[in-house]
Amino acid sequence: MFETFSILTLQQYWWIIISILASLLVFLMFVQGGQTLIYSLGKTETEQNLIVNTLGRKWELTFTTLVTFGGAFFASFPLFYSTSFGGAYWVWMAILFAFIIQAISYEYRSKPNNFLGKRTFEVFLFINGALATILIGTAVGTFFNGSMFSVDKLNLTRIYDSAISRWETPFHGLEAVLNPHNVALGLSVFFLSRILGILYIVNSIKNENIFQRGLKQMYYNAVPFLVFFLYFVTALLLKQGFAYSPGTGEIFMEPYKYLHNFLQMPVVSVMFLAGVVLVLAGIAVFLFKGSHKGIWYTGSGTVLAVLALFLVAGLNNTAFYPSTFNLQHSLTIENSSSSHYTLTAMSYVSLFVPVVIAYIFLVWRSINNKPMEANDLNDNQTHVY
Amino acid sequence: MNENFDYSLIDWSRAQFALTAMYHWIFVPLTLGLGFMLAIMESIYVRTGDQEWKRITKFWMTIFGINFAIGVATGIILEFEFGTNWSNYSWFVGDIFGAPLAIEGIMAFFLESTFIAVMFFGWDKVSKRFHLLSTWLVAFGASLSALWILVANAWMQMPVGMKFNPDTARNEMHNFWDVLFSPMAVSKFTHTISSSYLLAAIVVIGISSWFLLKKRHLVFAKRSIVVAAVFGIVTSLFTILTGDYSAKVIAKHQPMKFAAFEGLSVGQRGAPLVALGIVSSSPDDPNNENVKDFAFKIEIPNFLSYMAFQDFNAFIPGVKDLMEGNEEQGIMSATEKIFRGRLAIDALAEYKAAKKTGDEFKQSEAQKVLDENFRYFGYGYFENNPQGLVPNLPLTFYSFHIMVMLGFWFLVFFALILLLVYKNRISTSRFWLKIAIMNIPLAYIASQSGWITAEMGRQPWVIQDLMPTMAAVSKLDSGAVVVTFVLFALIFTTLLIAELRIMFRQIKNGPKPGGN
Ligand code: HDD
Ligand code: HEM
Ligand code: HEM
Repeated sequence: MFETFSILTLQQYWWIIISILASLLVFLMFVQGGQTLIYSLGKTETEQNLIVNTLGRKWELTFTTLVTFGGAFFASFPLFYSTSFGGAYWVWMAILFAFIIQAISYEYRSKPNNFLGKRTFEVFLFINGALATILIGTAVGTFFNGSMFSVDKLNLTRIYDSAISRWETPFHGLEAVLNPHNVALGLSVFFLSRILGILYIVNSIKNENIFQRGLKQMYYNAVPFLVFFLYFVTALLLKQGFAYSPGTGEIFMEPYKYLHNFLQMPVVSVMFLAGVVLVLAGIAVFLFKGSHKGIWYTGSGTVLAVLALFLVAGLNNTAFYPSTFNLQHSLTIENSSSSHYTLTAMSYVSLFVPVVIAYIFLVWRSINNKPMEANDLNDNQTHVY
Repeated sequence: MNENFDYSLIDWSRAQFALTAMYHWIFVPLTLGLGFMLAIMESIYVRTGDQEWKRITKFWMTIFGINFAIGVATGIILEFEFGTNWSNYSWFVGDIFGAPLAIEGIMAFFLESTFIAVMFFGWDKVSKRFHLLSTWLVAFGASLSALWILVANAWMQMPVGMKFNPDTARNEMHNFWDVLFSPMAVSKFTHTISSSYLLAAIVVIGISSWFLLKKRHLVFAKRSIVVAAVFGIVTSLFTILTGDYSAKVIAKHQPMKFAAFEGLSVGQRGAPLVALGIVSSSPDDPNNENVKDFAFKIEIPNFLSYMAFQDFNAFIPGVKDLMEGNEEQGIMSATEKIFRGRLAIDALAEYKAAKKTGDEFKQSEAQKVLDENFRYFGYGYFENNPQGLVPNLPLTFYSFHIMVMLGFWFLVFFALILLLVYKNRISTSRFWLKIAIMNIPLAYIASQSGWITAEMGRQPWVIQDLMPTMAAVSKLDSGAVVVTFVLFALIFTTLLIAELRIMFRQIKNGPKPGGN
């Protein structure tokens, strides 16, 4: 089936898959957001344990999605992988460090004789929650604002200096924080993940105190989220974007490019608007109706909105990883992808994704069917973090 | 232009990769093997309904969880390091190499991490059978993730199923099945997982022996030992068989690595197998780094030729033959290969230039030269440094021999333990119980030595014959890599200490009372 598709169709198909993975990842970062709220939502030891444990049952899912996102990006757009990871070295390394310290924190936090002490592991969770969300958001911001890199495949023939991708500033990624538009996205992701964290926690824990504190925290996070997000979107719609001509692959600046993308891909606009409405609806039903179900609205809204943003970044003849060093070196889905053969093979593999989602769903329904309470944390019954 | 490589960058990048891979490998083999033993123990519990077996399963599951978490923490680094530190590599072979990595995520990691949740949190929530199925799926998922990453690694040692495309300047996949079923992939996967199962059996026996020595939890310890010893004897046989098969594959496809780990400087017919030896410089040619001799050795005549090619008289090339060439055996010299590699690299440049000017004739001429010489492409990078083609012989030789000796020792050890169990003398054989504890570090040494053999022996190649390590590295300041290296070393060591302390405490506490 996939063999008969044109290379362009496969490239678009894979950009959509990458976008879906990214959108699921941002949704699942409710784990990260929740990790930054352990002390603000939980005041007693039991409350904090409840929060850690309910997040702890989901952290692997977020983590594995990140790993798969990386692997899938490598397999489908290897030039992005080699250019961005090797170039924006500091940003990616900082993100990785933030995830190393997360992976052990749940399991080791409350184990006797754990060397660093419970607090340290909770601080690790906090660092992961704050740093990972802000940095990933900022890094994705460069999809719309560009970075200083060059790509020249002929370098391979220069025996002593054969790197084809080069970062043309010594800051290796840190320079991304100098652009307010990137940072606004980073902070939007951060506050969004905290909003999702609150909604997830109040939905999965039965505890009135946590619920009340959640209401208060929601204001502190929803307001800055709206400010940064509105700024990000407005600036995005007004700015010029990185376009390319489909025939020649030549890259040029187009005024209102992202606005045009929304207008020329109405499905994506609908997705985006629906997403934003759902995000707000989830917050509203929680704040004004005291509903526990906000996570479902805000969660699905997040998936739709992030998906739409990624589609706008890469489809409709847009360079998804622009170079501000040399416009012509920018990466597009057409010039950075794997071969037709590999994309085809991987497309067959992608058919597994629904299977994976299905069994994850079934498994979670079977073991997480009711909210957690204090007496669920008995380590003779179950595994406790 | 700078006529030299940035060796400090290359060395630090290698050191960083080695550090992170070796840390990851401390935790992975136990996960692989213990997963299956958990599944076996739980199967016995479900069959017999005996609460003691549930207690046993749960204890080892705690150990599994502590080890697993840090395995995950160290794994994520490796996945991204191909991009951060070996970016040129990621482009040159990304079309093939990326696929197994992505498949690993989609097919294996999700399986593992989803069903691990049932394993830990589902005891009283799902049916016994579903719980058991989950435990098996975790074990299966772990080995599946090993499969894909090892396919990727095997492909680097023996690139197959692809063709170089000068337009994109990279290798492109032409046959997925060739990649998946190459003999190197088969040998890597079977040997790595069987040796990991073996390692886990050693760990379970060692820890249980400690309980027997302390005279605590005797039933628990004896039962664990029985499961582990049976599992261990089977897997150690399999380890030896697959190890032998690995060596045969390498003799054929990576002769330089083979010569290095067998310590064969000068090739010969009917080559002897050096079972034990101490490497020294050669008396004939003491200043030649590439020619080594033995200060002491025990050898089995003709056996190496037989092992490698099933012929007592077969010729095995040594390091010297591979460097200087051997016309009689049809082996090309390094100088010749370097010359051809350079031709290929220059042809690529010409091809690109001709394409720019639209000169189709020149383009197709260049393509012809490129195709003819592409198999030597990587050699072109050695024009001023042919000595760089030889791996570190003593290191590969020793690590290989340590692994092999330990492999045979473990087989004997499992047999002995089974004998003691059979004679019902295991709890009183204090001497053997102490040996069992001391075996734990030995298993880890064997396992790490295996990777040192495999990875140091293939130097200087990242992709055998096509891309040397020097050409694979990302363009960074070596200072940046030094900083991340130090950070990794600090953080991983801290986490390792935490892991060990938690682990020792959990072992001291022993299994929890009751079947829960
Ligand atoms: C407990 C661990 C352990 C034990 C007892 C053995 N091995 Fe091993 N060996 C490994 C653990 C290992 C490993 C870590 O799994 C390696 C590293 C790379 C690989 O594929 O497996 C390996 C690699 C490896 C290689 C190199 C593969 C390559 O370069 O691709 C050879 C030739 C052997 N082994 C041969 C043997 C023989 C003949 C053994 C037995 C008597 C043996 N090994 C015991
Ligand atoms: C987990 C066990 C592994 C260990 C202990 C290990 C060990 C090592 C060591 C010691 C080096 C440095 C060799 C040198 O001095 O250059 C190295 C390099 C490398 N290994 Fe492995 N390795 C492991 C697994 C893998 C796997 C599975 C892959 C591929 C999928 C891989 C790919 C590489 C690469 C790309 C390098 C860097 C380039 C190079 O130095 O050749 N390694 N590894
Ligand atoms: C250099 C190559 C390697 C890379 C890039 C890599 C990557 C990873 C990553 C990202 C994880 C975390 C997965 C999660 O999210 O749960 C992981 C864990 C794991 N990896 Fe590796 N890995 C490498 C080498 C290996 C090898 C050689 C094996 C086995 C032969 C292996 C087997 C496993 C297993 C069983 C786990 C589960 C967690 C644990 O370690 O206990 N990996 N790996």
